Amino acid sequence: MATEEMEQLVRREYKEGFVTDIESETLPPGLDEDVIAFISNKKGEPEWMLEWRLKAYRAWLKMTPPSWAHLDFPPIDYQAISYFSAPKRPEDRPQSLDEVDPKLLETYEKLGIPLHERAALAGVAVDAVFDSVSVTTTFKEKLAEAGVIFCSISEAVQEYPELVKQYLGTVVPQTDNYFAALNSAVFTDGSFVFVPKGVTCPMELSTYFRINAENTGQFERTLIICEEGAQVSYLEGCTAPMRDENQLHAAVVELVALDDAYIKYSTVQNWYPGDEDGKGGIYNFVTKRGDCRGDRSRISWTQVETGSAITWKYPSCVLRGKHSIGEFYSVAVTGGRQQADTGTKMIHIGEGSRSSIISKGISSGRSNQAYRGLVKIGPRAKGARNFTECDSLLIGDQCGAHTYPYQEIGNSTATVEHEATTSKIGDDQLFYCQSRGISEEDAVSMIVNGFCKDVFQELPMEFAVEAEALLRVTLEGSVG
Amino acid sequence: MLEVKDLHVSVEGNEILKGLSLTINAGEVHAIMGPNGSGKSTLSAVIAGREEYEVTSGSITYDGQDVLEMSVEERACAGLLLGFQYPVEIPGVKNIYLLKAALNAKREAQGLGEIPAPEFMKLIKEKAALMQMDASFLQRSVNEGFSGGEKKRNEILQMLVLEPRLAMLDEIDSGLDIDAMKVVSDGVNSLRSEERAILLVTHYQRLLDYIVPDRVHVLVDGRIAMSGDADLARELESRGYDWVLEESVA
Amino acid sequence: MSEDTQRFLDRLAEARADRAGEPTWIAARRQAGAARFEAMGFPTRRDEAWKYTDVRAIARGDFALAGDADFSPASAATLTLPIDAYRLTFVDGIFSASLSQLDGLPEGVSLQPLSVALAENHEAVGGPLGRLTGVEFSPFSALNTAFMEEGAVLRLAPGTVVEKPIILQFLSRNGEAPVMSHPRVLVQAGGRSEATLVEHHVGEEGAANFTNLVAEVILERNALLTHYKLQEAPLADLHVASIHVEQARDSRYTSFNLNLGGALVRTDLISELNGENATSDFYGLFYGEGRQHVDSHTLANHNAPRTFSNENYKGILDDRSHGVFNGKVVVKPDSQKIEGFQSNANLLLSDRAEIDAKPELEIYADDVKCTHGCTTGQLDEEAIYALRARGIDRQTARGLLTLAFAGEVLEAVGLDAIAERVELAVAGKLPERFNLAGLVETAVALGDE
Repeated sequence: MATEEMEQLVRREYKEGFVTDIESETLPPGLDEDVIAFISNKKGEPEWMLEWRLKAYRAWLKMTPPSWAHLDFPPIDYQAISYFSAPKRPEDRPQSLDEVDPKLLETYEKLGIPLHERAALAGVAVDAVFDSVSVTTTFKEKLAEAGVIFCSISEAVQEYPELVKQYLGTVVPQTDNYFAALNSAVFTDGSFVFVPKGVTCPMELSTYFRINAENTGQFERTLIICEEGAQVSYLEGCTAPMRDENQLHAAVVELVALDDAYIKYSTVQNWYPGDEDGKGGIYNFVTKRGDCRGDRSRISWTQVETGSAITWKYPSCVLRGKHSIGEFYSVAVTGGRQQADTGTKMIHIGEGSRSSIISKGISSGRSNQAYRGLVKIGPRAKGARNFTECDSLLIGDQCGAHTYPYQEIGNSTATVEHEATTSKIGDDQLFYCQSRGISEEDAVSMIVNGFCKDVFQELPMEFAVEAEALLRVTLEGSVG
Repeated sequence: MLEVKDLHVSVEGNEILKGLSLTINAGEVHAIMGPNGSGKSTLSAVIAGREEYEVTSGSITYDGQDVLEMSVEERACAGLLLGFQYPVEIPGVKNIYLLKAALNAKREAQGLGEIPAPEFMKLIKEKAALMQMDASFLQRSVNEGFSGGEKKRNEILQMLVLEPRLAMLDEIDSGLDIDAMKVVSDGVNSLRSEERAILLVTHYQRLLDYIVPDRVHVLVDGRIAMSGDADLARELESRGYDWVLEESVA
Repeated sequence: MSEDTQRFLDRLAEARADRAGEPTWIAARRQAGAARFEAMGFPTRRDEAWKYTDVRAIARGDFALAGDADFSPASAATLTLPIDAYRLTFVDGIFSASLSQLDGLPEGVSLQPLSVALAENHEAVGGPLGRLTGVEFSPFSALNTAFMEEGAVLRLAPGTVVEKPIILQFLSRNGEAPVMSHPRVLVQAGGRSEATLVEHHVGEEGAANFTNLVAEVILERNALLTHYKLQEAPLADLHVASIHVEQARDSRYTSFNLNLGGALVRTDLISELNGENATSDFYGLFYGEGRQHVDSHTLANHNAPRTFSNENYKGILDDRSHGVFNGKVVVKPDSQKIEGFQSNANLLLSDRAEIDAKPELEIYADDVKCTHGCTTGQLDEEAIYALRARGIDRQTARGLLTLAFAGEVLEAVGLDAIAERVELAVAGKLPERFNLAGLVETAVALGDE
């Protein structure tokens, strides 16, 4: 197939929802200790929380942004960002779906998003979404019954200060990296989940979250704790393109799994990637880390990344517990001038710990993608095992796919295997499909879906279906 | 020489041998036949010490020694040698290394010193010639890139060099054309002697035209359902295994 | 500027006095090297390319330059590879005519010490120096350029096929004080020429010298060069080398990077695949024991369409040794129809040994087939069982398989003398629990018949 046609097929034009010219109540741009005190005060935080933020801020001042990622973007002016913005008043929002860009709605249609969710996703004032309110209440009751705490991180600081104090920053310390330090200083949104000993969370927290997806913030902070034997599945984000005006996103996610606990964290990220020249897209600089603190604990990261102009994220696992398990499954699709530098770190400390990494990257257009991973086997991690499979698919001759796996192995009983391939969709594969009467578009989508199968099957069922649809839409290029 | 008594063997909880008894005397050639899944290969593997098989009850004694107490290599050094159905490829290990290391291990077990290099070289060249294998095979990695027939000849070459007292050949005839079958059979026949026994595991009677057994046992569902002489094999060829099943049930 | 940097520059100033008469362009290049080294200083572990290799053992050393090339012929004979070859020998970096052998060099082959080649015709010879490995490449290449004086120049006229191998032998002496040398090697292989080059680093036990070699290799159309780098330097030697290869259309460069010696070893091997159908084959084997540190960096730059690279590196690490493998395949934009294969496997024999591996792919074209596999792990249990079933005890089986692991690289070695020497060395280095006595000798003897 001619490269041009192929490009035509995959060129993706993001149909952003709409442009709003309504000013919300925001703090003037700039960051100093007063701003942090203001945020802390607005959130009604106790003194220790403010101190915690200030400690992060002071460390951040001395740090420099990472330069080693395979990314290229102009320096960010952190004083030009506003660090607090009050929630929009309902009257400033679209009052009904009629006011929403029909093309966005068409996308939702294609993705099979339920009607009552579309309004929330499009940013329609919440009180217009009658269904979701009642649904939300039902969920809350069910969770409370099981003893699961699920609330905003701000609420948790006030309601469960001891738990927050005990766990916050123990997985991702304030000074971990540049963006984590910034987040620690100024975070305003995010979720808190606590699943007590022996409890299996009665539902996937995904559903609840999706309806409330609107609270996606610029500096999110998420903390999930599973006590001994507890289990939870959490889905962040959404297959639908998210409307967001903040260019820089620097979230921190911390997971703590005690003995025999299992946390499954799935992400579907489809933020605005910018126009064809990459202008105006989101910078997504995230620090996600899970701590398998207990023996036989397990943390599994699954991500489908299709959005953002720049993505910089490495969901990682610290495998401290004996026989603990870390998993990372990732599909990243980039087009236009998107840049993604993503991967994982598996730090094996505990005896018999195991990890597996499956990363699938699809680059098209003029995009660039890098897998960057670290597998570290410590001297005490007897019999540790890692398997890594890292495949890239290139569509079009102007994109790039890069693989930078680091292996640091200090134990003779460890087994570490890494395999990587880079290839394009085979003309023979395409021809084979087409000769069976399948259109070129469908054939590409089919082959790409097949390429991603190992990851999709890790997603919760409903999202696996959506993720496939998302991929198809993404590869179609013309969402409308 | 070898006495198997009421042997029960399981793999991952599934019982495969269900009370098998067998006595093999020096100088005899025994053939174990049976339908697929009857446990034929299990028997030789257990005697050779394959670790994933769990012996749940019964005994195997070899010249009065408890075989089940011996490690894999002790068994081999004592003269219990298994010819694999699917010989393992070992990239980078030259055939000659394997032969010399194995022969020296056996000699050490017998209280003999290491074989002098010239003597060793004379021996392996002579045996390789017998198996119609070019000397260059000896420098190649064990079984790597060998054809099916070459792998089987290589198994017999090892037997000729290591001179086991009980040679167990697991489906040594599978994947062989007629010419290779002839070479392999000649090799096995040259092993026949008053001091040595041979246990053949095979699905087909054809091999037994070349290597005529003293005793033939039919294994069905983990037990020996019928035993006889070489004629039994021919009868199986014409009547199939179902007949044995009916006979043994009746 | 750090004290360490200053110490090396002081040595350079001392050496400069002798060089009053050299051509101005060489002086200028040397100066550029010194300036660059002064600006960069020695790399630290904060530099991505040196993340796993600490060069303080070099930086903190005080190395003089050797004054002569005296070496007992008898002891040299024990170190020299038993290969019928043309040979240039350098003792601590200084050319030794008496230990060299250039008789019968065929027509079309020019093999000279760098000093001689420059003295005879510095303009023609010197042109390519520094074109591939500039002073920017690393502080060590800058340092080599600053000290550049001796080395080897091999030029093959178009169509020349050299039957016998060409050996560059670098001997390291156990002298009163440690010395350093900065050999510079230039190879220009004309179109359709064919040759085998052996770079052999070896020396007297107890030596603790620093060798900082730079080799620039230019292959014209359809040239074939097999380059063995057999590094069995004394165990306290420090060894840094960068080999930069430029390949025109249809050329083939095959490298064997065999590292057994040295306390701190770093090799950078880079090929520029500039013409269609050019192929680079990189084979490597490193064995670490004691506290040896062995770092191998390779880079295949696919600058043209239809270029091919294959890589197979194996590492065996015992005791507290530390191995580093960094293999990179880069496919430049518009370089279509590329095939790049990379494989690295490592075995750790001790719990205190460490391997840091980083197999990288950087790809800017879509019609490519690139794969890498990187494994660190255990010997195949199935193979161990098969050997035990022949009466071989577990430890010997492990020894055999460890040797076999190295054998997978050595199988491709075309010079038997080198393959055997390395195999014997590996068998000899394996811990005693791997009972391999006598095995390898037997095989070698059989092969000789």
